[in-house]
Amino acid sequence: MSDLGDLYQDQILEHNKSPRNFRKIETANHEAEGYNPLCGDHFTVYLDFQDGKIRDISFLGSGCAISKASASMMTQALKGKTREEAEQFFDRFHRLVTGRPPANGNQGELGKLTVFGGVSEFPMRVKCATLAWHTLLAALKEQKDPVTTE
Amino acid sequence: MATVAGRKLDGQLLEVPQAGSRFDVQAYRRDFPILQQSIRGKALVYLDNAATSQKPRAVLEAMDRYYETTNANIHRGVHFLSEHATLEHEAARAAAQQFLNAGHAREIIFVRGATEGINLVASSYGRAHVGAGDEVLLSAMEHHSNIVPWQMLCEEKGARLRVAPIDDRGELILEEFEKLLGPRTKIVAMAHVSNALGTINPVRRIVEMAHQRGIPVLLDGAQAVPHLAVDVQSLDCDFYVFSGHKVYGPTGIGVLYGKSALLEAMPPYQGGGDMISSVTFEKTTYNTLPFKFEAGTPDIAGAIGLRAALDYVREAGLARIAAHEHELLEYGTRALSAIPGVRLIGTAREKAAVISFVMEGVHPHDIGTILDREGIAIRTGHHCAQPVMQRFGIPATARASFALYNTTGEVDALAHGIRKVHEVFS
Repeated sequence: MSDLGDLYQDQILEHNKSPRNFRKIETANHEAEGYNPLCGDHFTVYLDFQDGKIRDISFLGSGCAISKASASMMTQALKGKTREEAEQFFDRFHRLVTGRPPANGNQGELGKLTVFGGVSEFPMRVKCATLAWHTLLAALKEQKDPVTTE
Repeated sequence: MATVAGRKLDGQLLEVPQAGSRFDVQAYRRDFPILQQSIRGKALVYLDNAATSQKPRAVLEAMDRYYETTNANIHRGVHFLSEHATLEHEAARAAAQQFLNAGHAREIIFVRGATEGINLVASSYGRAHVGAGDEVLLSAMEHHSNIVPWQMLCEEKGARLRVAPIDDRGELILEEFEKLLGPRTKIVAMAHVSNALGTINPVRRIVEMAHQRGIPVLLDGAQAVPHLAVDVQSLDCDFYVFSGHKVYGPTGIGVLYGKSALLEAMPPYQGGGDMISSVTFEKTTYNTLPFKFEAGTPDIAGAIGLRAALDYVREAGLARIAAHEHELLEYGTRALSAIPGVRLIGTAREKAAVISFVMEGVHPHDIGTILDREGIAIRTGHHCAQPVMQRFGIPATARASFALYNTTGEVDALAHGIRKVHEVFS
């Protein structure tokens, strides 16, 4: 049986308590809203995206520990990345939290984000872990309507 | 034990349980096969009864027996099985009539659940009576199912949805409600008991106030009928809806009660078989009540299961169930209030056995996951009542809701689980 400690790793709890880049970027040129109607999680992701790169990334909103920590660690991981790199990163992360192996040709490191591996044992929480990421993709695409995980 | 015996609830005077009729909760638990299992290696503690209740063996067996011995379509065949299936289906209607103390069986319309009942009234009565500039009056504690059908109607007709506010305890502010009853108000639609807060609304007063101005009232009884005896004639409400699955019956079946004079005058909701008395391509003559509102082959097995559930509740006695649940509510309220950082949402003076709560620094979803690992099933989220969450300025709550088979030991398990949440998050 999976253990609660696998899900609520110390780093996740710490980022939940003190999320990084938890602010609005006043000069953001991309932003999107993400919403999980199941549990009421609601985030906005802000991007300063220039010359094909994420110069700055931040978020605001409220949600459970998993969604908030994921958003926080995502902002740390993606600063300075290109759109393609960010998309590949998300694909690796998505595979991690759904318990699937990395795709061929996309086996790079996830770094600190590997702490979310325990999510794969909690299928009901995958949406929490990926909400900020879906919101990021929407922001990169300049999607106007809020995205939802439903 | 019977702490609420004789306590006057709105619209219902609870009977004093017979002396010596101890509420043997363990005996009731044995009637529910699902409660016998372990979840994640722990005894199942099922505290999500406001979402759906579990089903006693009597309900499961009644439905099995119907499919094994009686299955046929109703109201049409001349053969033995069809006749018996029809009799059983109509006996279920009579049971629902008795359960609500409706005056006539024709006032009982079978629907899929409370949601469909409300949609039926909004669609049929609402379309005929609500016009541009008119108003539909709700409360701020409604479930989405008692908001959205009216909102759709208002959009279609250019009418206005008015909302009576609630106070910090989660009680309807009656004076404000009364002020909102105006010349343009065409119908009042109100929860009898709030699913998110547990508040029992003063429905008798609500009906009186509306009727003084000639306004009909629909009561959403989805959360009420499992917990308190309802007498629609005494309440004098015009419509009453409930879902079978929240009162120990199967999913897919529910009841709309309507006063026959109103139902007679209403246009049909859906067209099809059974709701007609004759059809030509030029003209269709509709069937009489209740069949006018029951197009298509109904959920016959569901109705039979519902009857078994209502019989089960009657035999246990709603007054005794209410007393037992009230004891759980008081015990649980004390236990949870004693945990640092826990705040109860919904502290109405008249309350059904629902405890909604939030914890400082912990999102309800995380509470739900941690309790689940302890084998405890609660609901977390907005409970299909987002306006209630907005009223209290919170995104979601955790909600424990009790049924006749719950025990104080299970409340202890819940309190223990919540302390574990603290440990994980501290």
